[in-house]
Amino acid sequence: MESEANKILDEVTQGDYKYGFVTDIDTEFAPIGLSEDTIRYISGKKNEPQFMLDFRLKAYKHWLTLSQPHWAHLNISPINFQDIIFYAAPKKKKELSSLDEVDPELLATFNKLGISLDEQKKLAGVSGVAVDAVIDSVSVKTTFSETLSKHGIIFCSFSEAVQNHPDLVKQYMGSVVPYTDNYFAALNSAVFSDGSFCFIPKGVRCPMELSTYFRINAANTGQFERTLIVAEEGAYVSYMEGCTAPQRDENQLHAAIVEIVAMKDASVKYSTVQNWYPGDKNGRGGIYNFVTKRGICKGSHSKISWTQVETGSAITWKYPSCILLGDHSVGEFYSVAVTNNHQQADTGTKMMHLGKNTRSTIISKGISAGKSNNSYRGLVRISKNAVNSRNYSQCDSLLLGAKCGAHTYPYIQVDNKSSIVEHEATTSKISEDQLFYCQQRGISNESAIGLIVNGYAKEVLKQLPMEFAVEAQKLLSISLEGSVG
Amino acid sequence: MLLQIKNLHAGINGKEILRGVNLEVNQGEVHAIMGPNGTGKSTLASVIAGREVFDVTAGEILYQGKNLQKLSIEDRAREGIFLGFQYPVEIPGVSITNFMRTAVNEVRKYKGLDPLPGGDFLRLMEEKKKLVEITSNLTNRSVNEGFSGGEKKKNEIFQMAMLEPMLAILDETDSGLDIDALRIVANGVNKLRRPDNAFVVITHYQRLLDYIVPDFVHVLFEGKIVKSGGKELALELEEKGYDWIKKEQE
Repeated sequence: MESEANKILDEVTQGDYKYGFVTDIDTEFAPIGLSEDTIRYISGKKNEPQFMLDFRLKAYKHWLTLSQPHWAHLNISPINFQDIIFYAAPKKKKELSSLDEVDPELLATFNKLGISLDEQKKLAGVSGVAVDAVIDSVSVKTTFSETLSKHGIIFCSFSEAVQNHPDLVKQYMGSVVPYTDNYFAALNSAVFSDGSFCFIPKGVRCPMELSTYFRINAANTGQFERTLIVAEEGAYVSYMEGCTAPQRDENQLHAAIVEIVAMKDASVKYSTVQNWYPGDKNGRGGIYNFVTKRGICKGSHSKISWTQVETGSAITWKYPSCILLGDHSVGEFYSVAVTNNHQQADTGTKMMHLGKNTRSTIISKGISAGKSNNSYRGLVRISKNAVNSRNYSQCDSLLLGAKCGAHTYPYIQVDNKSSIVEHEATTSKISEDQLFYCQQRGISNESAIGLIVNGYAKEVLKQLPMEFAVEAQKLLSISLEGSVG
Repeated sequence: MLLQIKNLHAGINGKEILRGVNLEVNQGEVHAIMGPNGTGKSTLASVIAGREVFDVTAGEILYQGKNLQKLSIEDRAREGIFLGFQYPVEIPGVSITNFMRTAVNEVRKYKGLDPLPGGDFLRLMEEKKKLVEITSNLTNRSVNEGFSGGEKKKNEIFQMAMLEPMLAILDETDSGLDIDALRIVANGVNKLRRPDNAFVVITHYQRLLDYIVPDFVHVLFEGKIVKSGGKELALELEEKGYDWIKKEQE
């Protein structure tokens, strides 16, 4: 019976990665390796103002003083930064003024990924999604910018924001994640190439979902993107992020920064479906995903909500966090992290309660299969002044098979007596009883596992915008294909 | 003949539980299997359904002339075998609607049919819910999660109605039921009886058989069917208990 279970497990967890293709596009690269020259090259390519170059160089000098952190429950092969290309951009013949001028190969790539860059198609639907498509180091197209600008909303690539809105960039860039924050944040600050910029002015409710789609295409290339979202007083925006990469034997580095600023009464919902190439079933290749995501609830009654579905990457190191500075501000973190084969994930959140009556909720669902390791790491800190604050944390782990690991590392620090912190944790397996019950109704093993896993993750999946939820459900089943037991 | 069990021996972890069971079930019949605790009633049901923890060591089970041991659990179900569980398991976060839709469509796929369109499926659910007298909100809840004993058993009968099996085995469906729930469960079974299907009702007490009238009653004792008769055998057992059967065996 044990061997039967293992056999089924193997079948379900060995599905193939469906986004592993490479697009043949003409690409220009920065010289391989990292030095001050690389940074000057990137900044020069982007025709950046002096303040940006200065920021990058300061970050680089700081990074040189740091060493890679090893506190996470991850086994990381050494990264040789001199073997990585830090900038790769699809060559373009001239400035793009319409979709017709985007390289058809690129359009085909995004269509293949199920992302339409064609505004007309989206307009026909009930609700549109504005997309910023980033391939390797640059943004190739942002849709709906004009429609959004009528509401005063700025949604463009980070590079464009540097050119067109330097004051806003100067004001907010690094204000939530300073370049001194950590090793990978310093690296990103030095070499980041593109990403998205969103600015929602006072009182505006963004009329459509904003979305950035990241794709690594070129070999030996790292992707270092940076996203900045600012919601002014009373503003609302829902933002989604998706990502995939070709199947390659070597590991590729992805080190991103996301910063969110929410002013008084503002609300930002940030959803991620992370599906970077996870490596093959023997653990060869895959993306190293080191990401610093943090939001600050600056004004009172503001809210930041993170939802993530993490199924990809060989290594995930990521803790989307909230600084709850404004009184009555709210932070939320909903996460499903799936690891299979040799994948490793160390992910969670930090909720820093600084304002009075602040509230935070953490719902984390880990699913481990194969020989993978899945860790939740979270910090809840309630400062002395954050009186009457509340946190509720729930960390559940689901194990498929006997060779995987699930770990929970909660850190809780409460410095006043009027606050309440609750933490619940469970570990479970898909039981033989559940599988038998499903099979007795005619449901195959694979479907049964898909059903059970999606049911387990439901609390998180229901937080996702409609456009993402169906995709995420399918992805969960696919990620575990060949792994049930 | 729908089901033919010949000299079935089966057990778990090397321990023999069924020691030569013989049973024949024809279309249109209702059979009751009774007997004291621990004599193999639930094991027999599990073995017919194909549960892998049990090993069949001798004998055979023929279903519609096919050797069942060559079929997987899900294929047995798709061929029309339904097991009503004594202790239905909880599946958190999976609504009954979603669960049943998956089941119905996998059975259809096996039979070479297209999936049932959403509207048709919902209409089918409404019809079957009415048939087995269950309320709407039950099917919106997660499968068996937080259900009372009665709700779990009603859910089993509802699923049986949805899947329209040829052979339904109800494993102590009456255990833990109050009289109203018992009546609803029994009514459901009676409404689903057809000349072309059959029921095997496993029960401890004669009480259920007041509502589901069997054509045959069998007594399973120490892994064998030791006595068979008509519905009056159940009444005799109710009156005298199982001791006289034990004595007969000694």
